[in-house]
Amino acid sequence: MKPNMSMARVRAIARKEFRDYRRNRFVVFTMAVAPVVFVTWALISILAIAAAEPSSALDTSVGLTMLFLLLVPATVPATISAYSVVGEREQGTLEPVLTTPVTNGEFLVGKALAALVPTLAISYAIFGLVLACVELFAHPAVSSAVFRAPLLLALALFTPLIAGWSILVGIAVSARSRDVRVAQQIATLASFPAVGVTALMSFGVIPQSLAVALGLAAGLLLIDSLGWRVVSAMFDRERLVTRS
Amino acid sequence: MSTAAGVEVSAGNSPALEIENLTKRFGDRTAVDNLSLCVAKGEVFGFLGPNGAGKTTTVRMLGTLIAPSSGSATVAGLALGPANGVEIRQRISVMPESPGLYLRLSVAENLECFAGLYGLADPSSRIQRALEAVNMAGRAKDTCGTLSKGLRQRVGLARALLNDPEVVFLDEPTSGLDPVATHEVHELIDELRKRGVTIFLTTHRLEEAERLCDRVAIFSTTLRSVGRPDELRDRLFKKQLLVETVARLAAPEAVFGSVASVESWSAEGSSSYLLSVTDTKTAAPEVARALVGAGADILSIAEARHSLEDVYMELVDQDVEVSHR
Repeated sequence: MKPNMSMARVRAIARKEFRDYRRNRFVVFTMAVAPVVFVTWALISILAIAAAEPSSALDTSVGLTMLFLLLVPATVPATISAYSVVGEREQGTLEPVLTTPVTNGEFLVGKALAALVPTLAISYAIFGLVLACVELFAHPAVSSAVFRAPLLLALALFTPLIAGWSILVGIAVSARSRDVRVAQQIATLASFPAVGVTALMSFGVIPQSLAVALGLAAGLLLIDSLGWRVVSAMFDRERLVTRS
Repeated sequence: MSTAAGVEVSAGNSPALEIENLTKRFGDRTAVDNLSLCVAKGEVFGFLGPNGAGKTTTVRMLGTLIAPSSGSATVAGLALGPANGVEIRQRISVMPESPGLYLRLSVAENLECFAGLYGLADPSSRIQRALEAVNMAGRAKDTCGTLSKGLRQRVGLARALLNDPEVVFLDEPTSGLDPVATHEVHELIDELRKRGVTIFLTTHRLEEAERLCDRVAIFSTTLRSVGRPDELRDRLFKKQLLVETVARLAAPEAVFGSVASVESWSAEGSSSYLLSVTDTKTAAPEVARALVGAGADILSIAEARHSLEDVYMELVDQDVEVSHR
């Protein structure tokens, strides 16, 4: 973040987005529907695991459940971040905003925060709900398979990083797209690869350990940082206002 | 001190806009070619041209939205360039052709967003003042999507006033408005003029420019002419008198040919004559004496007035002729 970035302008962008979400049923619906599907699926899967399952099958079932949970931070922000630039352009609101002192960085950070904050709130709320249900209703063997430090750390760390990837991809697609619907479809598809690495960990292809979780998180952070630079470079005011 | 476009700017009073050879190319197409002009502080400056003339591109360059291909400009005292982009945008405001409001948000929420983007201290009172300036103080809680086009334009103007800008760029502010809404926008622009705000008004409505602007530039990729509307008329059209008599003159050549200040004449109907003269104030009494001497009954002798539309059409026609050659 550049030192001269104005947090007041970032807040102004993010606050406008939050207000807009509240008044837009489509946004509320797309934010709600995927988490409801994934949490239902995750709960059914985990509560259906039989206590007598061998430990490898148990790990796979638990891994699959965790994967459902990580689909939430991947999919929730994809649609709204894909709308962020091309949507403003279609409404004719982008040009007035860009004629204010807001910088590209401030605009993009404001948009990213507006997608990240609700995503994290929804994701962590869902994790809490699933973990509480596991503790209360699942078999103790299943519960002990879920409450493992590397897995919980992976959930906690990967959530913002996967959401970050999804947001960056969404904004990048949005900055280059001419149509909101196309942008949203591409961004949703492009958000899934970030879940791949956690899938490998969930299914035991990559060994589940604290060090591996931290290493993968560092890798995702690096990818997100590079992605941020790419997105900043792709945000071209001239191209956006002249539609060339 | 005299500037590129011939505006007198006194020492210590730098112009609001100073443009030197500004050019913008999009690939092979030149949208703005070597534009040079100067706008004084507090001036309402009309930038006239047909659709596709490059007016919006000029505003976008001066508003730091797009970079010029060549040339330079000073906007609100700052050199146009990426280094000054934020500071320039802090000192100006731009109202694009479409006000671009967030239609799901209320009027006040729209303005709050922009007050935040300008980093304004005490945004509530600034918003209140801006809404009062456009007679919208009672509509602050209305959702923008429910407002008429004219009211949305007013909200756009209120937004343009939030930061107390040194220069306001209004890009076709009355485009698509009905006559009542257009009149309201004109009154608001008049109010801004009284407050001393510099206004750069792009329009293709000639009566609008004539009514509102201190000076106008006629522009079509290149600058065709710039000056006060009456200056442009004088510059482009010869001074003319329109003479009407009760009955057709028996020998008009003998009457008008005897007046030294009449350069040429033509019949404009059964008993009307258009005279090109060296100076209307000298010629009018001479022509009257000649007509009386010839026994003619005079109905009227008046200076022939040319509208800004005549000036505009003349210059645009010249463009068309050049492009057809």
